[in-house]
Amino acid sequence: MDKILNTNIKIVFRLLAEKAITVNQLTDIALKRAQEYKKYNPFITITENLARKQSNLSQERHEKDKPISELDGIPIAIKDNFCTKEVVTTCASKMLENFIPTYNATVVERLEQNGTVLIGKSNLDQFAMGSGTVDSIFGPSKNIWGYQDDDNFHITGGSSGGSSIAVATGICYGAIGSDTGGSTRNPASYCGIVGLKPTYGLVSRYGLIPLVNSMDVPGILTRTVDDCVSILNGIAGYDQNDSTSISKPYKKIRLPPAQKMTLKDLKIGIPKEYYNEHLSQAVYDTWNEVANILQSSGAVIKEVSMPNTEHSIVCYSILNQCEVASNMSRYDGVEYGYRAEENSSTDKLYATSRSEGFNEVVRNRILTGNFFLLTRNYEKYFNKALKVRRMIADDFHKVWEEVQLLLTPTTLTTAPLYKDFVQKTNRDQCALQDYCTQPANMAGVPAISIPIKLSPEGLPISLQLMGRNLSEPMLLAVAKYIENIVQFPHYVNNI
Amino acid sequence: MLPSGYRVSKRVCSNIANKRSKWKSVVGLEVHAQIQSKSKLFSGAPTKFSAPINSNVCLFDMAIPGTLPVLNKYCVEAGVLTALALNCQINPVSYFDRKHYFYADMPAGYQITQQRAPLAQNGSLEFNVFTPAVHKSSYKTKVGIKQLQLEQDSGKSLHDFDRSLIDLNRAGIPLMEVVFEPDLTDGEEAAALIKELIGILQRLQTCSCKMEEGALRVDANVSVNKEGEPLGTRTEIKNIASVKGIILNETRAWNAEKKVTVPMRDKEVQQDYRYMPEPNLPPLHIAMGPVSFGSINADKIKETLPELPEQARRRLRDELGLTLEQSIILVNDNDLLNIFEVALSSGPMNTILFANFLINDLYTALNKLDLEVKDLGFKPTFLGDIVKLVEKGEISRNTAKLVLDELLKGGTNSPIEIIEKNNWKQISDEAELIKICESIINDEEKIVKDYLSGKQKAFKALLGVVSRKTQNRANMTKCNEIFKKLLSKRIK
Repeated sequence: MDKILNTNIKIVFRLLAEKAITVNQLTDIALKRAQEYKKYNPFITITENLARKQSNLSQERHEKDKPISELDGIPIAIKDNFCTKEVVTTCASKMLENFIPTYNATVVERLEQNGTVLIGKSNLDQFAMGSGTVDSIFGPSKNIWGYQDDDNFHITGGSSGGSSIAVATGICYGAIGSDTGGSTRNPASYCGIVGLKPTYGLVSRYGLIPLVNSMDVPGILTRTVDDCVSILNGIAGYDQNDSTSISKPYKKIRLPPAQKMTLKDLKIGIPKEYYNEHLSQAVYDTWNEVANILQSSGAVIKEVSMPNTEHSIVCYSILNQCEVASNMSRYDGVEYGYRAEENSSTDKLYATSRSEGFNEVVRNRILTGNFFLLTRNYEKYFNKALKVRRMIADDFHKVWEEVQLLLTPTTLTTAPLYKDFVQKTNRDQCALQDYCTQPANMAGVPAISIPIKLSPEGLPISLQLMGRNLSEPMLLAVAKYIENIVQFPHYVNNI
Repeated sequence: MLPSGYRVSKRVCSNIANKRSKWKSVVGLEVHAQIQSKSKLFSGAPTKFSAPINSNVCLFDMAIPGTLPVLNKYCVEAGVLTALALNCQINPVSYFDRKHYFYADMPAGYQITQQRAPLAQNGSLEFNVFTPAVHKSSYKTKVGIKQLQLEQDSGKSLHDFDRSLIDLNRAGIPLMEVVFEPDLTDGEEAAALIKELIGILQRLQTCSCKMEEGALRVDANVSVNKEGEPLGTRTEIKNIASVKGIILNETRAWNAEKKVTVPMRDKEVQQDYRYMPEPNLPPLHIAMGPVSFGSINADKIKETLPELPEQARRRLRDELGLTLEQSIILVNDNDLLNIFEVALSSGPMNTILFANFLINDLYTALNKLDLEVKDLGFKPTFLGDIVKLVEKGEISRNTAKLVLDELLKGGTNSPIEIIEKNNWKQISDEAELIKICESIINDEEKIVKDYLSGKQKAFKALLGVVSRKTQNRANMTKCNEIFKKLLSKRIK
């Protein structure tokens, strides 16, 4: 019966409908598996009580044959930077270690209204600032692929590493991550699962503790493209609590079976600037292979140029640090969060609380961001970065005149070993890790990472598709087409 | 640009010499007006003034992580309406920005304001300056308006001897900041401008202007220079909380004899607010002309503009024949003007007489009782009735004051009933008055003798006797004539 966790949402929903399994049984095995895979550190908090409560309610609905949606009873995970009512939401930080929100993020609320069962709050880099899920006060998450022991393991990628592991191991069918520069797609790529970064504004940010407001989007992690669509259909659409959410009504996506699709005359671009000196041979070969497969399926593959790609990382770095400096200024230990034992003055209370409550990465970004925002530097850094951001967005606007989708690597390599990864600074790692994913955030366009194959070392290799704003239906359809052809050997197949 | 909670230095002008006459001052005002809305600028929390501490607070107002601002549409409409009344140009696109600084009652660590492009710019306002105690007559002047922007207020810190407490009821309250050009020359002009602004805001109902509730706060920038020389160091006076204060603080700056700067904050460094665009709010679009795609349309709002003080003053003069000074005083006191207009609607009367009755007699009577116009417990038409009775000669002006006093004591009697009850009706009947006057001339032989021997004062004494004998009821104008007639016969 445990193997049910290795299937997909459509199958589980049918089994629930046919009463071949109950929601409580499903919840039990999910919670059991969460315990079994604890050493990979997917969760900061396992929400067992809440899961059982939600499970009971869902089971009642199924017993009456009145499930709310296809997500009713489905175990999921939420990254621990989304506010969950009465459930501690830490951002993997000392600052919010004991922070219990009184409200649900819109994404959490919508999933709950669809009947999902929350198994746990998943691990991340502190305040989502990272690309490895190594900078968490609760320790790093560990990749299941290539794991040997606690000294020899690969990183999950990040910052949504916990969510990725929860999905890859089958604890959950889907998980919510966040994606600012690649934080959903990067760990999806390293963990061999599907990771979608929707169009900016398609999914509400209300309740997502922000990293870079103008780029953050809730991301979706699943094992299959169909499951990704099911979850997207449950959470997308206008939210009056988020003034940047798209007011155009969301139309639910329905994908045809992969066998019935055709790629005839679909124009897919290969941006040459995504070929980078750090790109590994295995990833490069996979990129070519898939391009060839698509071409032989009738698509038109075309080399395109996006000349400003190389500036994206430095531009992102500036914008990121400025918004971080601003967003983090609310953590002063007064209203909520960590408060240092310091009563000599208000200023000292702030300084000590912030110094003790944030890790070095966060403190560095705050300091640099404030430097960039100084009146004398504003033009030179922040405003210039905004201009470069527009140029990068223009690259995308122009390329859509030639092609409908872009195919690129998601990450330059397979998942690095933890001990190698931590040799480099957070800053250098982000520059390297986000290279292929980050431009989509600059432009706001949707992007999806699809697992393709395993490398000779047995580590997942993934590719990324990007499309124009709100092109999710086509993006997901082509992702499903590729998924069907490559038949990636999922980790759960061997459980 | 600064919310109430933030205290910036108050530098008293240096370079103030004793020879006042050669020095000129330049005054610029910045006004924070609280928008009279039910909920806050970016959250649904209520704005009620007297609510218990920390009860008007939404998650957003306390900067709970993950919360986002949602712009209150009503506040934008109020801002646009006010900007139009101040003859500003509305920016078709304006932006919100974050202004950073740490203060305990500023939970997010930044204030959302409009730094790059405010809601409106380049306005101007004409107004009359008239302080009866200072000016013999009124004069008109004009002030430019640099900009009008929307921003949130901060909370309030309460400092105990060993701890600080924070009340976030004010945090996020919507403010309009109006920045005036430094076009004023003294405190009288500043006070007159604020009076005019209050008149406008109250007519628009976009701000209650209750200074005691902090709904209107004024910061003054004062520069002093010698005639023909460049402007001196700018002095900033924060949070002047009453119209009177505008003059007082100004005067103090003028009279300062010591050539010193008094800093209020420990560090005299310029704060760098590290402005940044607010990424959670899209640009604010204001439509103009026939287009409106669900956004706010400035031209539609313009149609709802009520009569403004300057228009009201002109109407009072042109249509109702009041003097300029009467129109200024009435328009400055909305409650008094309201009484004037309501009473007038009950029928024609001598408007100048009525205006004077309100400005002189009613004000004086209210002052004595320490009451305000809005405290009046009787129908405004009663006041008009009194003046009509004076006009018709039914009562004297002195009796009019007595009737007013009676009305202010309470009770439901109308002026006519009061007059009848007290037998205060003026005696205007010619024959009856002649009879009274003749009998006085007969009785008061000494006074008459004095008068006939050339003592003019004695005539007044006779009139005094009439008043006394008739309990102020005699029509004095007529008695005056009758006495003259009767006494002139005697001289012959």
